[in-house]
Amino acid sequence: MELTGAQILLESLGREGVDVFFGFPGGAVIDIYHQIPNYPNLKHVLVRHEQGAIHMADGYARATGKVGVCLVTSGPGATNTVTGIATAYMDSIPVVIITGQVPTPLIGNDAFQEVDIVGITRPCTKHNYLVKDITKLAKTIKEAFFLAQSGRPGPVLIDLPKDLQQQKCVYSYPKKVSMRGYNPHYDPNVKQVRKVAELLCKAKHPVIYAGGGVISSGASKEVTKLAQTYGVPVTATLMGLGCFPGDDPMWLGMLGMHGTYAANHSISNADLILAVGARFDDRVTGKLSEFATKATMVHIDIDPTSIQKNVHVHVPIVADCRLFMEALNKEMAAIVEEGEGCPPKTKWLEQTAEWKAKHPLKYKPAAKGGMIKPQSVVEAIDKITKGDCIIATEVGQNQMWAAQFFNYKLPRTLLTSGGLGTMGYGFPAAIGAQAAFPEKLVIDVAGDGSIQMCIQELATAVCYNLPVKIVILNNGYLGMVRQWQELFYEKNYCNTCMDVAPDFVKLAEAYGAAGFRVTQAKDLEATLKEAFATPKPCIVDVVVDPEENVYPMVPAGKSLTEMILV
Amino acid sequence: MRHILSILVENEPGVLSRVSGLFSGRGFNIETLNVAPTLEDGVSIMTISTVGDEQIIEQIIKQLRKLVTVIKVVDLTEVKNVEREMMLLKVSAEEGKRAEILRIVDVFRCKVVDVGFDELTIEITGTQDKLTALINLMQRFGIKEIARTGAVAMRRSMQ
Ligand SMILES: Cc1ncc(C[n+]2csc(CCOP(=O)(O)OP(=O)(O)O)c2C)c(N)n1
Ligand SMILES: [Mg+2]
Repeated sequence: MELTGAQILLESLGREGVDVFFGFPGGAVIDIYHQIPNYPNLKHVLVRHEQGAIHMADGYARATGKVGVCLVTSGPGATNTVTGIATAYMDSIPVVIITGQVPTPLIGNDAFQEVDIVGITRPCTKHNYLVKDITKLAKTIKEAFFLAQSGRPGPVLIDLPKDLQQQKCVYSYPKKVSMRGYNPHYDPNVKQVRKVAELLCKAKHPVIYAGGGVISSGASKEVTKLAQTYGVPVTATLMGLGCFPGDDPMWLGMLGMHGTYAANHSISNADLILAVGARFDDRVTGKLSEFATKATMVHIDIDPTSIQKNVHVHVPIVADCRLFMEALNKEMAAIVEEGEGCPPKTKWLEQTAEWKAKHPLKYKPAAKGGMIKPQSVVEAIDKITKGDCIIATEVGQNQMWAAQFFNYKLPRTLLTSGGLGTMGYGFPAAIGAQAAFPEKLVIDVAGDGSIQMCIQELATAVCYNLPVKIVILNNGYLGMVRQWQELFYEKNYCNTCMDVAPDFVKLAEAYGAAGFRVTQAKDLEATLKEAFATPKPCIVDVVVDPEENVYPMVPAGKSLTEMILV
Repeated sequence: MRHILSILVENEPGVLSRVSGLFSGRGFNIETLNVAPTLEDGVSIMTISTVGDEQIIEQIIKQLRKLVTVIKVVDLTEVKNVEREMMLLKVSAEEGKRAEILRIVDVFRCKVVDVGFDELTIEITGTQDKLTALINLMQRFGIKEIARTGAVAMRRSMQ
């Protein structure tokens, strides 16, 4: 059967199981848009800015584990996605980006709306393609989806010139891909599994340090099983939150710059660290030379480049985290069966419990009738929802409080830009998640600064009735930057005060969403409940204490135990 | 330490910039780089000489392997290898100097590939050291121009 390039694209998206995708039209993709009505199973969400489209695809991917897809035009449409592509790349999120391109004969001539998007995105995609031969289009799409979701996932971009969208060829969608330069290694090595099991049995102070790889590989159950069966405390990175139940006695909390006292001290005193799908980011390790100096380091990661990149690892293991943890659980069971056993780490658990009890996450409560504390807003959300919702965050203090004061219990319930720290990410990501799960409660914990970066997507949320709840922790500042200025730059609050801000309630209403404002602690829960029960997109503008800081804090470049506490 | 990497790549547009972009983006060094087709259709070979400590070289190799268009990476420094580089060198050679230049060409077993009224172009193949030695010797006559291929290398048959 002969199909046009545009038809091949849409037909192939269907074959890949895409049910919804996010995009914005333009001259270089009109041919594709012309065909969309003929593919009723592919729901297209029209955004208001291409950055929104890519973040939505990303949020959809994080919430579902499936590939998120976005479609944009050439030139400015394509460049508007770059921030979102880099966001997905840093956090290893599977998305496929389709960009229109000027017709092949015009490429290289500075044609209208021409930009070398393949060149621009080379360092922030897992791979990218410029399709120049219609007969290779189907194969390229197949490869793109395969690359995006296999190995260490990531964004893959396909640049499709307009003339190819119009050309025809016989369509057949390949069943398999084979790329001689791409062959991720999944299977754990039996000897290494044994070795790690033995180390774990012998260890007196073991800690599991879980990263985003635990969630993307689906290893949460296995990690939880290991920790609970053998009594191993667990900490996680921002990207790993949700991979282990936040109410479990083995849970230490997040580690790193704004990590808990217990997590940072456990890591610093551990004699064995199982780093699972984590990458020793500088926000996690603090001063490298003083990071976990007493520990034998075991690092399991699907990506060989993550291993031995920042930290010297004693047992490097390239494998899929889920497969490895599965094998490790089996091996541990065998060791116990053999009668050698894994002695309980009683003393260590007492010690970690003591750290947890001595310095839990806390904040100075608001004075009576005083301003609402931002942390209490996140706590209220946790309480009202009983943890049963998807949280997206913006970036800054709001993000850290959302990470600290909500008990994540399940994977894929926190959508946050960890690696790139992209302000404006949370709201569109929440829309993407809502599109995947129309019945779930999806909440964007926002800052008054960040929310203005993709606020235009309110129109999208209203248009498709995706009833995302935006809860703004409105401190009137670019709070995280202000915090650094306060602590390290002589309180020189240069350009961080957002004193001219829109009336967010009216803004919501102007878009056809619902707006709420809370200024008194006594109204907080009731208003949140009302908003959560409102069947349309809502903004809840919570006016909070403007100069509240995120603690604990490890100043950049300091060791993990040099924490500023409340 | 200096390492020579032999990299088989898919011969398609952009592959060179993927590799060179990886080096520049991650702050790795490229000392020399050479690309040419192989006998196999659609496959090219790149030879890159680079410097870095063990950890950096390990990262470079892993990062290269991670590129989808890279088929194979071999660190030739880890095995016995033959390494050669070719250079064209144009040197001023007025009447009085010419004889001595030709003597050096003889000693180095290189050859003159082009002659002008007052200059000679010499072609030399050898290790980096040999090329450097020739440059040093020719300097006093006045080197006008050089062009080098960068190192190419291969694993020796007898290891
Ligand atoms: C796109 C982008 N620009 C700049 C920054 C730097 N930055 C990090 S946090 C922050 C402040 C965010 O302000 P707000 O959204 O109000 O959050 P708050 O910290 O006040 O909770 C800024 C400017 C960033 N992370 N992303
Ligand atoms: Mg703010």
